[in-house]
Parts: sequence; structure tokens; C-alpha cells
Amino acid sequence: MKQLLEGSQAVAEAVRLCRPQVVAAYPITPQTHIIERLAQHVANGELDAEFINAESEFGAASIVLGAVAAGARAFTATASQGLLLMTEVLYNIAGLRLPVVMVCANRAIGAPINIFSDHQDSMAVRDAGWIQLYVGSNQEAVDTMVQAYRIAEACELPVMVCMDGFLLTHTFEPVVLPSQAEVDGYLPAFQFARTLDPARPMTLGGASEADNYQPYRVAQHDAMENVQAVIEAFDADYETQFGRTGGGLVQGYRLDGAITVVLCMGTLMGAVADAVDRQRDQGEAVGALRLRCFRPFPVQALLDHLKGVQRIIVLEKAISIGAGGIVAAELRAALQQAEMTIPVESVIGGLGGRDLTPAVIEAIFQQATDEKIDTLNRFAPDHRVNGEVQHG
Amino acid sequence: MDKRDPFRHNVLTSGHRACSGCGEAMAARMVSDLIGPDAIYINATGCLQVFTTHNQQSAWQAPWIHSVFANAAAVASGIEAALRIRGKETPIVVQAGDGGTFDIGLQCLSGMIERGHDILFVCYDNEAYMNTGVQRSSSTPHAVRTSTSPPGRLSQGKHQLKKDVISIMAAHHMPYAATATVAYFPDLKAKVEKAMTIKGPRFLQVLSPCPLGWVHDSALSVTVSRLAVETGLFPLVELEHGELTGVMRLAEQRPVDEYLRPQGRFKHLFNSKNGAIELRHLQALADARIRRYGLLDAETEWDTDRAMQSERHGRGGYCERRSHGS
Repeated sequence: MKQLLEGSQAVAEAVRLCRPQVVAAYPITPQTHIIERLAQHVANGELDAEFINAESEFGAASIVLGAVAAGARAFTATASQGLLLMTEVLYNIAGLRLPVVMVCANRAIGAPINIFSDHQDSMAVRDAGWIQLYVGSNQEAVDTMVQAYRIAEACELPVMVCMDGFLLTHTFEPVVLPSQAEVDGYLPAFQFARTLDPARPMTLGGASEADNYQPYRVAQHDAMENVQAVIEAFDADYETQFGRTGGGLVQGYRLDGAITVVLCMGTLMGAVADAVDRQRDQGEAVGALRLRCFRPFPVQALLDHLKGVQRIIVLEKAISIGAGGIVAAELRAALQQAEMTIPVESVIGGLGGRDLTPAVIEAIFQQATDEKIDTLNRFAPDHRVNGEVQHG
Repeated sequence: MDKRDPFRHNVLTSGHRACSGCGEAMAARMVSDLIGPDAIYINATGCLQVFTTHNQQSAWQAPWIHSVFANAAAVASGIEAALRIRGKETPIVVQAGDGGTFDIGLQCLSGMIERGHDILFVCYDNEAYMNTGVQRSSSTPHAVRTSTSPPGRLSQGKHQLKKDVISIMAAHHMPYAATATVAYFPDLKAKVEKAMTIKGPRFLQVLSPCPLGWVHDSALSVTVSRLAVETGLFPLVELEHGELTGVMRLAEQRPVDEYLRPQGRFKHLFNSKNGAIELRHLQALADARIRRYGLLDAETEWDTDRAMQSERHGRGGYCERRSHGS
């Protein structure tokens, strides 16, 4: 049965269905509705969990770290400045190979301070060792959340479910919530082999020297590479049981015979798909590709979807200041490694919540066709000036 | 416990890499063996973490976790929450140095106490960042030489006073907060045992001499920490729900000179005019603490007013004079 739920409510319900035993968080817009709803569930006795009001996001991340190490499934959520404040702990959680699951309600980073959505926060911690799954709708947020716990606990890797702030967290959409029995059937009870327990004393987080640090990092990297197959397998399982896919590693849209393809992440796919439809109506051979899994970077899945494509436009809501588009750079490297010579145009837009409308994206398609985007980094035009698409 | 061998548990076992005379190693061995192996230990980054878990070796015979420098109290909070929801009653003990307590770890510690987690937080206070090579912390006492508070033409060591962290703990109205040192094992034992009978957040500040950083003979760690108490510079106190409920009274007050002279970190005070001023100031600080906690029956002959004022203002005499241009 479909329910009309705000994205925050929907993902909070999915978290509840996963039965976390410890929830810790610190308020930050646009994440706050998620933990407010979970706090209410705990207060009502509808979720049997300890709800911990942390003194900061740094504390919240540390609390869920401790909770998982002590044998409890845990959840936290944050955004933007809060995610950056967590950064040291995020690396540590990944290095300790603790299966923590969190939501990042994607938001811009200051200065200037800005509460609206882009991907600069989670992209800033892309090297922390967390799996990052970017969802495109409230339904995908629900489905991905349930999958995230199974992936994390099977592989002892933390998972960050990235959902666009406001565009999802504060937007109502019809959502199907699975039943408790269905989720229990899909997600095994929490188990962690290295639980802190006096019956089996273990030392977690000891020091290492130059001769044995690197093997830990290699093992982490290998685990991240191997998790791609797990993400696909668990998504296929999910589809079998629930009739919906979370989106696998990458998701294509109208790629049949596409010559020009836009690659994007998160809710941007909605506007991109509209633009693709309009371009297709005009006879243009265009398509779109959504990167659901950004970490690990699914090179083979991307290349499989790009066979026969002659031009790729990477449209992303983040920037590596001084270098440019992040996904674009990684895709170029992957293509070169595979000896595929497809030009990649990098377009950055939507920073700090600036709208990327279908009209803007159509204009970008047009620029690409006219070969007006140089192969270096460019910014999406502004949709607002005089009601026309403008550059800048 | 076997009375002949108080270290029967060997929670912190031999073979670790602490310096000889390390007060923190002594204190941690005492505390962890009093609590025993049926507990979960959380360690902040610092000397204790480094010298006990070096390179895939561990000296801990109890479950032990280290995450990062600042978050030990928050990691412990999560562990406590997990055990509570799982219906387990394993004691939880945080161990941190003064950096991980007074400075970088203070926010997480305050959160842990405010939320009322059932955790014992033990601070092994060696009064500087010893692990990184003896830099000043907010626990470093006034006028101490460290590598980042060096004496020089314009300085007599650390300008500020040692942060009064036990009062900060008490201001949380936490069930139990106490100070101790390695010199008084029966006192330390009584405080650990008392702390372990109390539910909720508990705090223990154990003065732990560092021969390397304090620059004294490694055989003198116990002697020096006893003198810290006997001079009045480090009062042994207990506070319950914010109220002072116990002090170790002094039979007599020993002059601070006896505490300062064996320690190279105070050496610069003994060969200059300004150093002499600081010596008088340190004596006044000791007098003020004795008066504050009522450690002696009789009032001393020292005029403690200036020292009390200095405590209240939170800064030392020498730098105040400098700021007035003289």
C-alpha cells in the first residue's frame, strides 16, 4: 500500500524496520526530521532502541562506532558541516571495519553557509572508506536503507545512504513501505564477529608501524572492490522479494542507440530524464545514466553501459576546488584505462541548491552537440536570468 | 582478590613499552587490576594506547578499543547504550590522558556525563602532551617548562594556571568525581572500588608523574607524586553530586620547594629574579588549595589572598605584571 511520506519520514520508517538498537545524532538541517521521527518512535515504544542525543556530530559518529563494536545495530544521520565534523571518525569507523549505516542528507558546505542541496559534503569524504549509495527518490531511500544494513554487515564495511536535502528529505512522495516481516526476512539479525566481550577479549584499534599499516589499507580497498558484486546480488535479492530494485550500481535511462549520454547522481536524474525525453521527442539520440554507487567506483558497470556512446556529459553537484569535476575525472581515468576514447564533458551545477531544470539540461545537450563545451571543466548555465537560460 | 598479589588479574600485562618509572603505566595497572578483566576498556589516543598496543601486539587481557584522540567518552557512551539495550551489565572504563580529558576530549566527556551514562572515566594526568614530546596542555601547572611553553627572556614557562578539571566535573553534579595519585595506593583503591559501586558517570583524576616530561629520576615517580599531595598542590578530594564529601587531610604542609626541586621542568625558576617571584606564587597557589579544601587544621602563616584571586582570575602573576608593562 502506498503512503504519502516526506523523504525524511520515509527513510526513518525504513530505519525503524531495520531494528537499530542504538540511534545517535545531532540536529542539522536538512537531516533533522529523520532523527525527530526516530526519537518519537523510541518515545512511543515503537522502536526498541537507545536514542542518544549526542553533543556534536563528532560525538554521534563516535557513539555509533562504540555501539556497533559492542554488538548493536546502530544508525546516525547528518549533513554538510556535520558530516565534515564527523570526518575523523568516519575514517576510523571504516578502518576498524565496523558495519555502521548512516544517512547523509546532502547539503552544501560553507562558506558561504547554505542549507540547500548539493553533493559537496559526501563527496568531500569519498576517500574515507565508506560505501556511498546516492538515491533518486523517497522510495529508493527506503529500499536502499534496508539493503544498506545487509551490505554493511555482510562485508564489515560502513554504508552512507546519500539523499538530496530538501529535494527528498522535505518532499512528499507516494512510498511503499515493506512490512516488518518482509524486512526481517530480508535482513538477518545483527551479528558482528569482533564484538567487545570479556568472554573473548580482543584489542580493537591498536597502533601499527610502517611495516604493517599498508596491508590494512590494501585489505580495505580490496573489500570495497569486492563489494560491488554484493551490492548487485543483494539488490537482485531485494527485487525478487519486494518487486523493486534499489538501482544496482548504475542505472541507465533510454540508452538504446544513445550517442550522447548524461551521467549524474541522486535526484538530478529526474530533471535529466525529462530533458532526455524532450530531446528524444526531437529525434536526438540521447540517454542518461545514474551513478547509484559512487564508492566503490563501479568502473566495469559504467563501461558496460557506455558501449557505443560517442559523448558523455558528466553533470555533477560538487566541485573539487582547483581541479573541477570529481566524477568526470574518475570516469576519464576509467575510460583511458580501458582504452575507450569517448570524450567526457564535465559540467558542474546545482551548487548550494541552484536549480538544474530540464531546460538547463537541454541547453547543455545543445552546447555539447554544438561542441561548445570545452573538454575542461565548465559550469551549468543559470536558469533564472530574464526567464531564459543564461550562462554563468 | 588474593591479598598477596593485588595484580593477580594482569589486565594490563607485562611486556608493554612504557618508559621506566612511567606514572601512567603504574596507575593504569593499578586501576585496571582493581576493576578486573570483566569490563570493557576504551582508550583515548596517547601514551597508554601507544605503549600497550604497539604494532599488532597488545598488553590488554580484557576487551579494549581505541578510536581517535577526542572521542573516547563518546565511544564509551555508544558501548554503554549497546550493552544496556542488549541487557548486559559489563562495567565500562575510559582511560585517557590529560589531553584527552582536559582539552580535546572535554566536549565528549561533558556529553557523556550530562547524558548520565554508566561509565567510569579515568584521567591519567601527567600534566602535558607527553606522547608527542612534552607540549603544554591546559593541565600543565603554572610556570612549567614544556616544549611549547619554554622559559625565555619574556617568559617563566606556562603563563596560565592548571585547569581545575575536577571542579568542572563536579559542576556537572555527577554522582562521583575524585582525585588520586599513584603514591597512595590504598586511597586509589578505595576510590576505584567506591566508583565501581556507583551507577552513572564517574570520574577519577590520577596524577601520574612522567619522568621524561617532568625531568626527574625515574625512581622518584612515587616520591614526586606524594610530594604533590603533601605540599597542597594536588589535593586528594572526593565530590559527590557536586558536593565535597571527602579530602585527604595533611598532617603538616611541606614547602612547594621540596616538590619543585627534583623536577627539571621547574629548574628555570631557581636561577632568576622572576623565577623567585613564580616560586612564591606557586607556594601561594598551594596555600590557596589547602585553604579551599580545608586540608590543614590550622591556618598557615601565608597570605593566601593573592593566590585565591589568581585562581579566580585563572591566570598567573608573572604574565599579569607583563601586561601592565613593568
